Amino acid sequence: MKKFDYLKPHTLDEALSLLNQYGNRAQLIAGGTDVIVMIKQKKLFPDVLISLQGIPGLGQIDYNGMLRIGPMVTHRAIEKSELIRKEFSALTDSADVLGSVQIRNVATIGGNIVTAAPSADTAAPLLALGAQVKLKSMQTERTIPIEQFFTGPGETVLEKGQILTEILIPKPLPNTGSAYWKLQRRGALDLPILGVAVLLSLDKATVTCSDLLCTASPISTVLHSLEGDEVFCKEVRIALGVAAPTPMRATKAENLLRGKKISDELLKEVAETAAKEAQPRDSLRGEAWYRRDMIEVLVKRMAMRCIERILRPEETIFPVRLW
Amino acid sequence: MGKQTLSFTLNGEPIQIEVEPHLTLLQVLRDKLEFTGTKEGCGMGECGACTVLLNGKTVNSCIFPALEVEGKSVTTIEGLTDGQGNLHSIQKAFIEYGAIQCGFCTPGMVLSAKALLDENTKPTEEEIRHGIAGNLCRCTGYLQIIQAIKEASEQ
Repeated sequence: MKKFDYLKPHTLDEALSLLNQYGNRAQLIAGGTDVIVMIKQKKLFPDVLISLQGIPGLGQIDYNGMLRIGPMVTHRAIEKSELIRKEFSALTDSADVLGSVQIRNVATIGGNIVTAAPSADTAAPLLALGAQVKLKSMQTERTIPIEQFFTGPGETVLEKGQILTEILIPKPLPNTGSAYWKLQRRGALDLPILGVAVLLSLDKATVTCSDLLCTASPISTVLHSLEGDEVFCKEVRIALGVAAPTPMRATKAENLLRGKKISDELLKEVAETAAKEAQPRDSLRGEAWYRRDMIEVLVKRMAMRCIERILRPEETIFPVRLW
Repeated sequence: MGKQTLSFTLNGEPIQIEVEPHLTLLQVLRDKLEFTGTKEGCGMGECGACTVLLNGKTVNSCIFPALEVEGKSVTTIEGLTDGQGNLHSIQKAFIEYGAIQCGFCTPGMVLSAKALLDENTKPTEEEIRHGIAGNLCRCTGYLQIIQAIKEASEQ
């Protein structure tokens, strides 16, 4: 493995100043599960690694009006956060299926975003949750919606000398549910063929059902047996990973649903629209036509799961695994 | 790129060692300290053969920068016995259930099992499978491993 120096700044200012000083010779390192692997694979050749591990304040989760996640928060910490599981379920769904326990103990959410792999598991949930990211350099600081952050596979708007210092997620509207599905070939430790995240806000969280068994029925059945009880979509965000060169929002599909009465037919139409909007490609992990077909299946399924989580919040606890 | 002094606790003992800054924790453990119980499989953080506990949590030591263990506590498979040569209950269960074939994945597998049981004393089979998903056994003797962890959790 290439030899490098390893610097451990104790403050953000010190890290920014080192980054400035070493320029192209330096590489920031968070958990290192991508950086060290890329050095071993001879894809990166830094002379100096600047570690963000020792900087206080970058590894915290705070919820005060909005959710603030430090870039050094590990996927394991997200997976274990009851607050995130309850209010921002899509993010839990994604943290829970990323890599292995060993990887999740070390790999950070900031690293997952900055590496900007089209397959980044947390990207689609963050888009669906309406996240913003804060970018800081020695002179400037700006906060941008995460949609604007990714510019291509492995490419972001992050400039030399900038560090991603915070991920901000607005408090969801009342009666909101969110969900993420990672389509993968294996039960664990795989990259997604596709990632689908949906956030849905309804105008109410309780419905009257014509069928007494309704509470135990699948949500699709519940939608059919609403007794003159209409449920409207107040807000929706649909985000897709591995469906285009960057993680993307399916805005046409969202516009079709926003403000409308929820029905099985409409959700089907929304899912079809999302599949048309996507620009998936053929790759080792899956062909474009398959990805498109599965977007249609999974967008509807994730919308259903959102509705389920709103109407039956106690059941948000189980991210389903395919064993 | 001179050597740096690294101080940490290894299996309960304080360690101070001069290391080159580009070394991984695995290189320091195996090549410098000769703790060869920890194995290198893929070397890319995929297979989990190099799993060690860092402050009680599992990490893949083959992609973990050695200098990041400064001031922390590392447990390797050598640190699991009680000091008098008695095996840990997880190790005993592995032997009892024949959960070892070639043995290469075993140190990592046992440590993942320990981290799992420290956090969740009575895991379900699904939780066990989820907990050891990052440890590949190419002999594919997973069933016995899961049974052994289940047995260890019931003691």
